[in-house]
Amino acid sequence: MSSLHLDAVSVTYDRRVALAPFTSDVRSGEWLCLIGPNGAGKSSILRAIAGLVPHDGVIAVDGAPLSIRSARRRATLVAYVPQSPVLPDDMTAFEYVLLGRSPYVSYFGHESRHDRAMVQSVLERLDLVSFAGRHLGTLSGGERQRLVIARALAQEAPVLLLDEPTSALDIGHQQQALELVDRLRREHGLTVVSAMHDLTLAGLYADRLALLHEGHLVAMGDAAHVLRAETLSEFYGASVTVHQQDDGTVVVIPRRSLQ
Amino acid sequence: MNVHDVTRRRWWTIAAVAAFFVAVILGVMIGPAGRVSSANWDIIWNVRMPRVALAGIVGAMLSLAGASYQGVFRNPLVDPYLLGVAAGAGLGATIIFAIGRQATSGWPVDPLPLVSFVGGLVAVMITYLVGAAFGASRSSVTLVLAGVAVVSLFTAIQTFVLQRNNDVIREVYSWILGRVSNATWADVRLVLPYVIVSSVVLLLHRRHLDLFRVGDDEAASLGSDVARIRIVVVIAATMGTAAVVSVSGLIGFVGVIVPHAVRMLAGASYRRVLPLSLIVGATFLILVDIPGRVLQDPAETPIGVVTAFFGAPFFIVLLRSKKSMA
Repeated sequence: MSSLHLDAVSVTYDRRVALAPFTSDVRSGEWLCLIGPNGAGKSSILRAIAGLVPHDGVIAVDGAPLSIRSARRRATLVAYVPQSPVLPDDMTAFEYVLLGRSPYVSYFGHESRHDRAMVQSVLERLDLVSFAGRHLGTLSGGERQRLVIARALAQEAPVLLLDEPTSALDIGHQQQALELVDRLRREHGLTVVSAMHDLTLAGLYADRLALLHEGHLVAMGDAAHVLRAETLSEFYGASVTVHQQDDGTVVVIPRRSLQ
Repeated sequence: MNVHDVTRRRWWTIAAVAAFFVAVILGVMIGPAGRVSSANWDIIWNVRMPRVALAGIVGAMLSLAGASYQGVFRNPLVDPYLLGVAAGAGLGATIIFAIGRQATSGWPVDPLPLVSFVGGLVAVMITYLVGAAFGASRSSVTLVLAGVAVVSLFTAIQTFVLQRNNDVIREVYSWILGRVSNATWADVRLVLPYVIVSSVVLLLHRRHLDLFRVGDDEAASLGSDVARIRIVVVIAATMGTAAVVSVSGLIGFVGVIVPHAVRMLAGASYRRVLPLSLIVGATFLILVDIPGRVLQDPAETPIGVVTAFFGAPFFIVLLRSKKSMA
């Protein structure tokens, strides 16, 4: 159980501001979802937290700044799932999930029996045991996505970052993947920060949404507050109907201009 | 899956070691002077044995370095030859020959492998920087093309240096064709320290190379110091390659054939590919060296000619399979 603290985090690429100072606290066990059009700065926030881009401001887990941590220690606190993960065709599923144990292995060392047992138990929990010896090139999109999440889980980091975790999946597998993250979040108390394009799904699973536009935070709050037709029209240039169901689910439906 | 995997791994290791010993025995037995007997022991000890030892060391080093470069650049097509390391080392060696071997004979450390190393390192750095600058799309082919350009450049400089130093042309060309055929124990002693240091460093990094397979970003997010590890591995592989190239001349394709054969048989994990490439590479070059001795007896067929004969078609098949995958 760990909280994530972002204080005036900004990212600049070649003098172009990708993310203006962004401040937010993510409670332990909370799911924050970043939304916004392409190039809004969603990935920049995630990459900054993962330590993959230089940034200004302070990023802290449980009050301790990540910048003072070694790369390995940082990887035990934050697990990162990129938008298009690299899955080498000729690597086995077990070998792939085992990579998640890397932060716990010394520089010249090898994974211990405990690490292998840990991977085995993650595969069991995610119902992936039968795939363990299969090559990644032979797996379907949904299976691959579950393996990527399995690797992040093997990392045993309390903070999980997901960049567009469902962009390559069909609606059934999207739901499966998000249900899985949600279940793991509840079981392990993971703090989740994700970037997502599907606004309805984002509103359905996240506790809180942050809408970004050209690097600036423009709205933050629950789905009913952020997902409003006029807001989406202003920042996405999209013409949508927003419909709130009786159970509180906010549904965003694109509107066709010519009827 | 684990038990099965471990058994399979052991089986391939045992097979590779057995094949290695068979190759060594064949290498010592076969040659123009006939079988081993007390009458030709001097030939066996001073001609065939150093030759087998050197072929083994060169094959092991080129294969291990090839597999390491492939891992660190995430590119299955590269080897020490295609990255320009061999050409850079060749230029370094040519400069030493141009200065004159007599002039450097009194030095406490032979400058030949050291200058070859510097030449090889400069070449691979240029290849990598050029390949990375224009290969943002992660294309394996860009790096190979950059390597081709660097090889041309270094070969051109080498030709220029040679033209200005006509007197050493013979020496340099016999060096380019390789000295495995007239290897001495002195050659073995010259390269062995570099090869041992390089091999130990590379083998210690085999787990990191598996991590590199998921790309720089993901490896970094898993706590890997990608840039530092890449430099350490490139320096170690280049040092070993340059040392062996400085005595064996340019032997192409070994570093690409052997690791691929190993991958096909024992799986793609670098934890197996690196140690097996070492053993299989030694075996391969010892075996390939044998027909060269007897084929056109009393003349020798240079070992680089034999490896290119097998290696070039293999490389084309590999290119084709990569193309169909993309």
